[in-house]
Amino acid sequence: MSMLAASEPLTVLIADDNMTDRMLLSSIVRRQGHRVLTASDGQEAVDVFAERRPQLVLLDAMMPVLDGFEAARQIKELAGESLVPIIFLTSLTEEDALVRCLEAGGDDFLAKPYNQVILAAKIKAMDRMRRLQATVLEQRDQITRHHGYLLNEQRVAKAVFDQVAHSGCLSSPNIRYMQSPYALFNGDLLLAAFTPYGGMHVLLGDFTGHGLPAAVGAMPLAEVFYGMTAKGYGLAEILREMNAKLKRILPVDMFCCATLLNLNFQRRVVEVWNGGMPDGYLYRSESGEHVPLRSRHLPLGVLSRASFQEKTEVFSLAPGDRLFLLSDGVIETANDDEDLFGVERLERVFELNRDPTRLFEDVQAALGAFHGESRDDVSMVQVEMVEPGELEPPATVYSDSGASSPLNWSMTLELRGDTLKRFNPLPYLLQLLQEIHGLRSQSGALYSVLSELYSNALEHGVLGLDSTLKRDAEGFAQYYEQRSTRLNHLKDGYVRLHFMVQPEGRGGRLTIDVEDSGQGFDPHQVMSRSPEEEGLSGRGLKLIRQLSDKAQWSEDGRSASVEFSWGALA
Amino acid sequence: MSNQHLDYDVLSALQEVMEDDYPLLLDTFLSDSQVRLNELHKATDPQKLGQAAHSFKGSSSNMGATHLAHLCHQLEERVKHPPLNDIEDLVNRIDNEFAEVRRLYDDERQRFAY
Repeated sequence: MSMLAASEPLTVLIADDNMTDRMLLSSIVRRQGHRVLTASDGQEAVDVFAERRPQLVLLDAMMPVLDGFEAARQIKELAGESLVPIIFLTSLTEEDALVRCLEAGGDDFLAKPYNQVILAAKIKAMDRMRRLQATVLEQRDQITRHHGYLLNEQRVAKAVFDQVAHSGCLSSPNIRYMQSPYALFNGDLLLAAFTPYGGMHVLLGDFTGHGLPAAVGAMPLAEVFYGMTAKGYGLAEILREMNAKLKRILPVDMFCCATLLNLNFQRRVVEVWNGGMPDGYLYRSESGEHVPLRSRHLPLGVLSRASFQEKTEVFSLAPGDRLFLLSDGVIETANDDEDLFGVERLERVFELNRDPTRLFEDVQAALGAFHGESRDDVSMVQVEMVEPGELEPPATVYSDSGASSPLNWSMTLELRGDTLKRFNPLPYLLQLLQEIHGLRSQSGALYSVLSELYSNALEHGVLGLDSTLKRDAEGFAQYYEQRSTRLNHLKDGYVRLHFMVQPEGRGGRLTIDVEDSGQGFDPHQVMSRSPEEEGLSGRGLKLIRQLSDKAQWSEDGRSASVEFSWGALA
Repeated sequence: MSNQHLDYDVLSALQEVMEDDYPLLLDTFLSDSQVRLNELHKATDPQKLGQAAHSFKGSSSNMGATHLAHLCHQLEERVKHPPLNDIEDLVNRIDNEFAEVRRLYDDERQRFAY
């Protein structure tokens, strides 16, 4: 009988009130290699099932106490999700009785007189079905478990990442943004931080890929962004570091499209670098004009150190102007007809806007009207140019005790020729000046003044750039073009920085002298210009006066001297 | 080997399946059938009669009592279509047929009574 033997023995419940048939069927099933349980009525069948959980049930339709239909219903309910096939034992020939069997949960029929070969085939088929269902359930549970793990991992990763990402200033009143809470796992990244000079850095990035791989690169990128911004580095150094780091850690097919902004509220300029992101926009609230901020570079993490270009574009800003950055999810938002939102629709929103303060809402509303619901890979950010005093950068938290603060020293740093092209001394000077605890409460003013003095010495002094050029937008562009050309050809010249810290009573005083090799200028004439005459230029000297305790220029205009004082520390 | 009452091919198949329990199966069928016959006689409503006939048909067919199964099937069908005035006759024919096969099963039983 090996032909009929089952591959794996099952426990089979046989319920029939007819003792002869029960006995015969038990023998047949047992000979086929299975274990047999028996019941002589429907109720007993349900009880035996509940207690012994057989894998297959052979059930006579007509039985006393509880008939086969009701017994089948109860057994199916007890079985729950797992499939326990029920084969009705019957010679029922009427259609409605067969329908009742199926409705009660029957999976097959076996007619009397019993045929061993057919019974064996049916048991085999039912067993296959049962195993299939068990596999499906097992896999479903496995998927549910894995999904649970995945969600938990994402939660943890997001929590850790949020600690890093939210150390920034996205909550600043001049920033509006829209981003899915799980944007990180779409590879979208939005960062913003105050610079020590009172400006602001903003990054909108988009990693290739989705899920954890896309999120992995975000962490080091955010670390570099925040760390270097806080230390006073400029976009060029930050971009170089980000590119080199991503190039090193990411696989070849992974990189990060990004737009970086460096807003200087005092000088009213924004520096832009766009590598592979959709056009951002500078929206001029006065004229309603929208200037595209185009991608001029390959994404971060693609090029080697040697071929990477950190060249930025500089735009002048007026208070109320808005910078608008977006991910490709915005442009690629599709409606029900598979049409894409597209650049034209976006630019149309800019054109139709009459109230700049509603610009962000207008874009959101246009997206909503187009698609109905927002996708989870849509990231947008709007940064408004405001007056320098309007924002309050958070106080820096220092970890040292102040006991080792050096209070009596001086230092001269002279940067010459080639070095002026590519070396930015400000972060190093900042680190040194941070050690003067008495000045920490005015660090914003100090760093702004220092950066202003250095820029003046380099641009107007060494490079001989005419600040009156910046009077209008065209001249503004010309100014930065000349700056870049002249810097490239620079061979001679110097900027000399002299720092002196002296104790004074229970406080102290810092004196900074900055001298350059340029032609100099007439400080009296520059100071006496009216604001109208100045236009976009010359704001620097007044700012320096305003922020420092004392500021003076030599008669030839080639050196400046500023002072910052502090009293006894609380 | 067959006659109009019993299918002996079925009996030999049963013997193979049941092995040592074959005589016990025969005994069980005979006593079980006696119970079914009593039910047929005592049944007061057509539904009970039909159920008893259905059950008896099932075991008879399994035991190779071809003609008896056929008569039971006739009775099962007949009770669905009143009036039932000639039902008595059909029950009597089942009685007679069972008496006939009982004798044949007893003979079969004797072969194993060593």
